[in-house]
Amino acid sequence: MAEENFKPKILIFAAEMAYRAADMAGLTKSEYPSTTYIVRIPCASLLRPELILYAFQKGFDGVFVASSGPDCPFMGEKCVDKTAKRVEKAYELLKEHGIEGERLVLSGVCSTCVETIVGKTEELEKTLEELGPIKKS
Amino acid sequence: MVNDRIGVYICHCGGNISDVVDVYKVVEAVKDMPEVAVAREYMFMCSDPGQKLIEDDIKNYNLNGVVVASCSPHLHELTFRGAVQRGGLNPYLFEQINIREHSAWVHKHEPEAATEKAIRLVRSGIAKVSLARELSTIRVDMEPKVLVVGAGIAGIRAALDLAKADVEVYLVEKQPFIGGRVAQGYGAYPSGRMGSEIIKELIEELKKEESKIKLFTNAEIKSLGGTIGKFHVVVQVNPRYVVGNCSNFNDAIEKCPIEVPDEFNYGLTKRKAIYYPYEGAYPELPVIDMENCNKCGECVKICGGAINLEQEAETVEFDVSTIVLATGFNPYEPKEGEFGYKQFEGVITLPVFERLMALSNGKLTYNGKEVKEIAFIYCVGSREKDGEHEYCSRYCCTATLNASLAALEKYNDLRIYHIYRDIRAYGKYERYYEEAGKKGELFLRYVPEEPPVVEKEGDKLIVKVKDQLTFGEEIELPVDMVVLSVGMEPRNEDVFQMLRVPFSRDGFLQEIHPKIRPVETAIGGVLICGTCQAPRDTVETTASASAVAAKTETYTLKGYTELEPFIAEVDAEKCTGCGDCVPECPTEAIELKEVAGGEKKAFINEVLCIGCGACGGICPEEAINLRGYRYDQLRKMIDAMVEEV
Repeated sequence: MAEENFKPKILIFAAEMAYRAADMAGLTKSEYPSTTYIVRIPCASLLRPELILYAFQKGFDGVFVASSGPDCPFMGEKCVDKTAKRVEKAYELLKEHGIEGERLVLSGVCSTCVETIVGKTEELEKTLEELGPIKKS
Repeated sequence: MVNDRIGVYICHCGGNISDVVDVYKVVEAVKDMPEVAVAREYMFMCSDPGQKLIEDDIKNYNLNGVVVASCSPHLHELTFRGAVQRGGLNPYLFEQINIREHSAWVHKHEPEAATEKAIRLVRSGIAKVSLARELSTIRVDMEPKVLVVGAGIAGIRAALDLAKADVEVYLVEKQPFIGGRVAQGYGAYPSGRMGSEIIKELIEELKKEESKIKLFTNAEIKSLGGTIGKFHVVVQVNPRYVVGNCSNFNDAIEKCPIEVPDEFNYGLTKRKAIYYPYEGAYPELPVIDMENCNKCGECVKICGGAINLEQEAETVEFDVSTIVLATGFNPYEPKEGEFGYKQFEGVITLPVFERLMALSNGKLTYNGKEVKEIAFIYCVGSREKDGEHEYCSRYCCTATLNASLAALEKYNDLRIYHIYRDIRAYGKYERYYEEAGKKGELFLRYVPEEPPVVEKEGDKLIVKVKDQLTFGEEIELPVDMVVLSVGMEPRNEDVFQMLRVPFSRDGFLQEIHPKIRPVETAIGGVLICGTCQAPRDTVETTASASAVAAKTETYTLKGYTELEPFIAEVDAEKCTGCGDCVPECPTEAIELKEVAGGEKKAFINEVLCIGCGACGGICPEEAINLRGYRYDQLRKMIDAMVEEV
């Protein structure tokens, strides 16, 4: 059950377009949970499943892979499949390590998709509040 | 190898940041970190004195890394890289951390939380820079030589602009004549001039640039290899069979016994096997369509040596520094039975209607029958929620209104109905919509769930519409012609595969960024313009063509260009030669090569690599890292972010 005052820590891997959406969230004065940390990457296909697992092992309660979706400037539509494969693999790793799969989400975020990046982050926060803090390994 | 004399600069952004984030507290929280030599806050880091601060500190503190926490790197990454470089440090030993858009502005009601977040983010930046390595841009020599693929209005405009800047252009067109789809249009908006007239004007300009533009028509690109700076192009120029001038081409055409449907007029008329598509077409020599020619020799009898029925294809090879794709679109071809298309006589598409107008003088006639009542149905093959075409082609609303007005002007007593979903006559084209209303053209609105139905009754086509403007009244319109306003479809050309240009979800070619880098693609040296990129009208197409020419010049005229150093790198010791990375690469930049001892290792072509990092993501051994985003850096960033504040 949820702990009192638990503020889940969320790591957002933001690919090129998603990073711009996060910039735009700032420009448009949107608000989202403050314990979210954005790491800029060019394309989500770079993410090794082991790196996602690493974030959980180090104490992040949730990870949001915010890819550029089909707007990926490097490979367009092909990015969707490649990134999905990385995340699928990461789900397997999480399972092996007894980490709830719901803690990891993937979504394509276009450069102006403020609602997606804010909405998905809020959704994830809600899920994590229900799941409680990650077990430290 | 850790950079342990890092300078950290926290920007107030004149209050934009410091009104929320306690910048002094951030400085306190990081100044004693083992990797940090100096930490400061400053009112405007991007100002000249702010940049000077970095430059001076690099010298005074002998810094080996710099972190600036301020706005988005998309705004000032290049600014600060410049300052770092002027300070005498490699500009890639620098990271910009975004505490404005990503903290102060999104957590303005939680200043403490925003400050804590800023501290963690700045620490992650320090972590990243502590493991950063010196990088240098990749310098590529450029010659002012450009390949332009497609000689429609976009390709011609781009070629002309390039030629005027003294760039050598190879303009390659698949069709035997240039001008593309615009040449077929009737009264293109705005101005209403015939498409072929607009093209003729450009042809006159083109003739003046003959020394700079090498035009190949009836030509196919057979192979395209290489990378930015040096693409090798092989073009097959198919025979025209008309090899010289003759004063009697018109007689020769007249005598030709073969008649086939004329594709320029969408089969509304017939043409001969030797033909011009329209008066004033360019090149000025006719062409012989060998698929239909029976080699009877009638034309040879008249034009003699100007015609060579045995002419063979020629192969031409050349090198260019950059490539402009201007390959255009296809009009959507409705399915059989879609609004009665190909099922009932008199149901045609908008491009065909435009040719019909160009050909019908006096009275508007189709298959010998006069047309008096026309229904235009909008959004055919467009905006389909779950269909093939989710997108709006957006030019079609104005094109349809424009065509209807042109028809009213040209023919007497027409009755016109517009059956639309929404009218998107944006910008100044709103006046076409107003004018159509004023001229008595009737508008009926349908919803996509209940589209109009086209039926046949005797001589008439009956269009049944559930009209939203009269609150769902079922209206039956007897008409002579139904014109389907079709959108644009992307083409799929072989060159796209040869160059591995990314596509968007809709199948059009994808730019790097629609606002910031609108004519470049992820493939270095490959630029795009016109309707191969997105549905566009003629105005937008020529604007993007001129833009692409100017952008191409920024690459070619300086003699060299510099590529970002963020490319993949293989750790040969870790690489087991499994080859998983090879098919993963979207640009085929990786190959396995045998090294001494017979082992295989992955090798990366620096110029082909676009820096996505997909190879690193798939490698089972973590043997591939993307420079600037190494996995050890990313891990250390994670460590820094979870540490207690």
